[in-house]
Amino acid sequence: MSIAAETPVVPKVNVLNRLLAMVPPALWSVIVLIIVWELSVKIGEIPNYILPAPSAILAEFGAYWHRLLPNAMVTGGEVVFGFLCAVLIGVPLSVFIAYSRFMERSVYPLIVASQTVPKVAIAPLLLTWFGYGLAPKIVIVVLLSFFPIVINSVMGLKSAPREMVYLARSMGASGWQQFWKFRLPQALPSMFAGFKLATVLSVIGAIVAEFIGADKGLGYLILVAGSSFNITRQFAAIILITIIGVVFFMVIERLERVVIPWRHRGLSETDA
Amino acid sequence: MISAAESYISISGVSKTFNGRQGEVHALKDINLNIKPGEFVSVLGPSGCGKSTLMMLVSGLLSVSAGRITVGKKHIDSPNADAGIVFQQDVLLEWRSALQNVMIQAEIRKGDLKQAKERALQLLKMVSLNGFENSYPKELSGGMRQRVSICRALLHRPPLMLMDEPFGALDAMTRDQLQIDLLRLCADNDMTVLFITHSISEAIFLSDRVVVMSPRPGRIESIIDIDLPRPRRLAMREDTRFIEYTRELTQIFKGLGVFREEY
Ligand SMILES: Nc1ncnc2c1ncn2[C@@H]1O[C@H](COP(=O)(O)OP(=O)(O)OP(=O)(O)O)[C@@H](O)[C@H]1O
Ligand SMILES: [Mg+2]
Repeated sequence: MSIAAETPVVPKVNVLNRLLAMVPPALWSVIVLIIVWELSVKIGEIPNYILPAPSAILAEFGAYWHRLLPNAMVTGGEVVFGFLCAVLIGVPLSVFIAYSRFMERSVYPLIVASQTVPKVAIAPLLLTWFGYGLAPKIVIVVLLSFFPIVINSVMGLKSAPREMVYLARSMGASGWQQFWKFRLPQALPSMFAGFKLATVLSVIGAIVAEFIGADKGLGYLILVAGSSFNITRQFAAIILITIIGVVFFMVIERLERVVIPWRHRGLSETDA
Repeated sequence: MISAAESYISISGVSKTFNGRQGEVHALKDINLNIKPGEFVSVLGPSGCGKSTLMMLVSGLLSVSAGRITVGKKHIDSPNADAGIVFQQDVLLEWRSALQNVMIQAEIRKGDLKQAKERALQLLKMVSLNGFENSYPKELSGGMRQRVSICRALLHRPPLMLMDEPFGALDAMTRDQLQIDLLRLCADNDMTVLFITHSISEAIFLSDRVVVMSPRPGRIESIIDIDLPRPRRLAMREDTRFIEYTRELTQIFKGLGVFREEY
């Protein structure tokens, strides 16, 4: 059959499908949510100090961006810097735990137990120790985010199957080679699962820290706006926090695709 | 009988006991076997009779509970890096392409990488994997994966090949072809091969000698010389002598209670 004969039978639905496919599905649900939100506020005549409409929040962004943006930068900085510290502490620590039975038995249970301590409860303590600057924020972000990094890295580093270790030894691989060429690549997918969890917790940590004692950042802005009942401004800040979290998560996910390309190969057939 | 003096691999009085959760498992008991240089020896036996364990002991990856193993006069008490090993599972590294999986052998041994790559490509071509050099393991079929792992074991031209049911997961046709490829490689490279299988015809087709094992505890039941000319050809499988060997081995396994025909 020739192509020309086939072309006219293409159903019209395809045009709509293609239009839908141009925008990621997640964005569609956000768009629908915003429309429903806007309509309910307008139709229900809900006052701004209870629930501001998306259009009102957008107007707030326009009017107040000169304060919102610098504070978002502060919070974003705390999130990213704290996260990086957590990775720099968590990954080497997980290597020690995965390689040393003593570390696994002595330090690991302590780390697990420490997770039952509510971080919010010790945050004021950290303020008295580290003051009101950047330090207590970073400490709280690290405290929250380093746990999933350590847990997942340890799990990944211990996931090399016995046969793989046999293979490495049969080639005469040194301990160093076993780590770099076998254990670490094997652990990467698990490590990245931990990193992704940690991005979310980093954002929470930064906001909690700012709630407890800060003179800048989005968390601080929310508190100030709350004390003057500026609900619209609070929403604007919350949305910025969400954007920081989502963008950070997506950056790590993109990085994962670069570092672990084999994970996403061979799936293209079913994806298409 | 091959004396210990003229043998390349010498296994004497070897036993292996595992301390499992359900107490001790006597995987192997008093194994004695001498293998000449260049000889192709198959170990044949039912599942669980200790074939893999025997191979692991010869490779030095597991240590004997009793007895002594030497390979090329060297006492085996640590992993023997001279051997090329094909494990029962392919053990490919998911993050490496087919070519890179073969090349890891050279990277670890720190040889001439350029030369090794040439040989790796040549080996992959020999097992009909040209065109798949850059595919990741998850993009390959089970048979293709096992072929990559065979290339990896051959890359450094090992004097000794230890192969644990390497063709077990392959379809019959690929299996036939790889058996012939393997025999050609052995002839070209002067390799000694210890080949684990549970296929009677595969053992006969490939081997100079077939070692029959019986389970619980793993023992050598008998050793049969395969007196078929080389080079082996697929047509030899219809040869009366081949059929005679098949009958003899089947009879041994019947005697061991491995085959029960009443139903
Ligand atoms: N690491 C281990 N720990 C405890 N027991 C083991 C271990 N490895 C093997 N065994 C036991 O030793 C016996 C022989 O195992 P082995 O893997 O050598 O059998 P096999 O002949 O290779 O079987 P198959 O043909 O199924 O591969 C089995 O009973 C098994 O349960
Ligand atoms: Mg086995």
